[in-house]
Amino acid sequence: MNKYSNSTSAAFKKAAFLWYGISKTEIPTTKNRLKSYRKAIFLVTILFLLGFTPNYGDTIVTGSIGEPRTLVPILASDSSSGTICSLIFNGLVKYDKDLNLTGDLAEKWEVSQDGLDITFYLRKGVLWHDGAPFTSKDVEFTYKSLIDPNVRTPYGGDFQMVKSLKVIDDYTLKVFYKEPFSPGLASWGMNIMPAHLLEKEDLNATKFARNPIGTGPYKFKLWKTGERVELVSNHDYFEGRPCIDGYIYRVIPDTATLFLELRAQAVDYTSLTPIQYRRQTETEFFKKNFQRFNFPSFGYTYMGYNLKDPKFKNVDVRRAINYAVNKEEIIKGVLLGLGRISTGPFIPESWAYNKDVLPLEYDPGKAKELLKNAGWSDSDGDGILEKDGIKFSFTVITNQGNDERKMTLEIIQRRLREVGIEVKIKIIEWSAFVSEFIDKRRFEAVLLGWGLSLDPDMYDIWHSSKTREGEFNFIGYSNKEVDRLLLEGRRTFNQEERKRIYHRIHEILYEDEPCLFLFVPDALPVLHNRFKGVEVAPSGIGYNFIKWFVPRSEQRYTR
Amino acid sequence: MGKYVFKRIIGLAALLLGITIITFSVIHIAPGRPTDLEAQFNPKVSMEARERIAHLYGLDKPLHIQYIEWLKRFARLDFGISFMDSRPVMQKILERMPITLTIELFSIILILLIGIPIGVGSAVKEGSFYDRFMTVFVFIGFAMPTFWLSLILMDFIGVRWGILPISGIKSLEFEKFGNFEKIIDMSKHLILPVFVSAFGGLAGISRYMRSSMLNVLKQDYIRTARAKGLREKDVLYKHALKNALLPVVTILGLSVPGLIGGSVIFESIFSIPGMGRLFYESVMARDYPVIMGVLVIGAVLTLLGNLLADISYAAVDPRIKLE
Repeated sequence: MNKYSNSTSAAFKKAAFLWYGISKTEIPTTKNRLKSYRKAIFLVTILFLLGFTPNYGDTIVTGSIGEPRTLVPILASDSSSGTICSLIFNGLVKYDKDLNLTGDLAEKWEVSQDGLDITFYLRKGVLWHDGAPFTSKDVEFTYKSLIDPNVRTPYGGDFQMVKSLKVIDDYTLKVFYKEPFSPGLASWGMNIMPAHLLEKEDLNATKFARNPIGTGPYKFKLWKTGERVELVSNHDYFEGRPCIDGYIYRVIPDTATLFLELRAQAVDYTSLTPIQYRRQTETEFFKKNFQRFNFPSFGYTYMGYNLKDPKFKNVDVRRAINYAVNKEEIIKGVLLGLGRISTGPFIPESWAYNKDVLPLEYDPGKAKELLKNAGWSDSDGDGILEKDGIKFSFTVITNQGNDERKMTLEIIQRRLREVGIEVKIKIIEWSAFVSEFIDKRRFEAVLLGWGLSLDPDMYDIWHSSKTREGEFNFIGYSNKEVDRLLLEGRRTFNQEERKRIYHRIHEILYEDEPCLFLFVPDALPVLHNRFKGVEVAPSGIGYNFIKWFVPRSEQRYTR
Repeated sequence: MGKYVFKRIIGLAALLLGITIITFSVIHIAPGRPTDLEAQFNPKVSMEARERIAHLYGLDKPLHIQYIEWLKRFARLDFGISFMDSRPVMQKILERMPITLTIELFSIILILLIGIPIGVGSAVKEGSFYDRFMTVFVFIGFAMPTFWLSLILMDFIGVRWGILPISGIKSLEFEKFGNFEKIIDMSKHLILPVFVSAFGGLAGISRYMRSSMLNVLKQDYIRTARAKGLREKDVLYKHALKNALLPVVTILGLSVPGLIGGSVIFESIFSIPGMGRLFYESVMARDYPVIMGVLVIGAVLTLLGNLLADISYAAVDPRIKLE
């Protein structure tokens, strides 16, 4: 529930649909047509009027296993804090339902010819929840906090590329970059904080963290530690008053309990696991009371090789592993079919994803052949391949607490055993996993997932310079063409050109096989049936959250 | 007596210092750092940013310096600031303590009220059907996985029959309730957690009670009492029970730290914002100040519990003299 758009209201869409229905069924004489038009116009007017007295009211109760940490948006690094901040605050830009950048607090923006500066024109008349006007001072303040070495923000990176920021007037500002940096535009989706309240505060320890004031569709009401956060709708929101009056974020740390609360209808909105989606919610009760959705999530799971390891130096060996692993089977077995094969590191629904890159078929015969040609053979007859007296056996590590990853590994283990490769599995607690094994490159192979940001820039993950301790190219991938393309992709703002660049990167990555791309799991949100106006788009369902409504007769919580 | 207590307290202080040194070293040496939080495995969060945050937390200083700084604050009873949300550790602990304390107290009272009679009864009628039945009953409670029992109860009582709320400690409308309704609401939320936690604890107390009672019943003075012709009731409840309760006092003393420790599994399942969850979350996030705070308070309470048990021992058993 992160993004909103100012799309037409649900009621209006319904009206348009009715119009279409009527004019089609009537006999097309002029008179009749006129009559039908009149009728349609009448209906549209009625619906329009209905649309203008929207069904305000009710409260949505969401259930989540994590508790937010801080509501200072530039410090919030966990997803719970992010979810709540996105309702209270706005950025200058945001992604619309089709994953294109659009204005939020900025009405529009201009990128200079040389790509070195961006001018933002801010919306006028936007108010903070305490009534103070929003101006470019707030943007300047947020930027200065992001680059302040004494602020514990993890998000400074993108803003280090900024040379300077100049406030032109209250509603115009200009950002100068050291070099053209197209991902920088999306980075202005960072939530803007109020200068007048925070200028004199220490952001690391401010009371604002538990009593935030923003510009967003919801205002903060209360936070009961370990229990819930409550928000109320902002009647003066610049895109219009949200239809749902209240938002309650309940913390329920146990997924089984969360599911029981959902079944008792004490929680309206949460996400399901594949097994809950396929088995436990396939009941009359759930069909009657809940609506379920599935669409690709913004992330993929992969098995990465330590490319410094001699076993994985040969691309044919890596390709053989791809042939030997049945991706369909993993999706069926682990995700119960709720996912799709991934071939590259981009969001499947975004413009950057190259749909022409096809996944390799499951073909153990080909795998064996490739391995044989690469010099691996089973000389001692124990079923495991050897080369120069060394067995083809490696350990894959993954983090504790993610059953999907564990099950995926078990399937891979079995399939690779069939072509003569022995796989051992090691599961390690998260923090130790990151600091002792990933950061220090102490692994042969690793099973992990990457969450994807909506901008396709992947410099930090794939560029050959990003292989130092703690950096994100921990598999040690290096390809001159990819390095060059990654830089080019950052330097141009032209989407067509970027598309060409990222499609090519996608192709190369699948040929090079620095890691085995496995799958993109589906997001599986479930929502109580009384909420209407929800539609799935490439960005998910949250984009028009402020337009969701509950018909008056079905409202449950009154305030 | 006064001198004894004084000497003990000096000893305990030294012990506490030792405990803090060991726990501080262990949690800092354990792999992982506070900057590795799950969400920070994010390509937008650079290594430089992580290093900078570690520096702002003071984690780049040598361990002994960090410890001395911690100790200086601790001497002023200041446990520092949580890494996770920058709030004072003491505030975070005090916020979580009451609910854990309430549940644990209720459950201990319930355990004593039910467990002691079960144990005494079993001892008196050793080998009878009642004894065997109760043995099986308390061990079922002991062996039953908490999470499983809780979920089954929540499913039937909470979801299917709708008698009690499923999780949490208050209803969403709690703020609008009158005082009386508030008490009812909270009690309703507490019934299942208290029941589940008491059920699991029955075995301990009742078995201790049973064996200690059996032990006492075999003593000469009981035979003497019976030979004197005392009524069986007086023999059992005046002479035997008093002596048999001694070990239970020790156990009670040892359970003091448990009163604030809480349980992760149990608090997670019932969505109770208590100490168990606070501790677990801070360990997972390597939130050192909070971990230290909880551990030190636990250590202090354990030591005090021991002291209290020893003192009350002397109070109830004239044979023991404190020197």
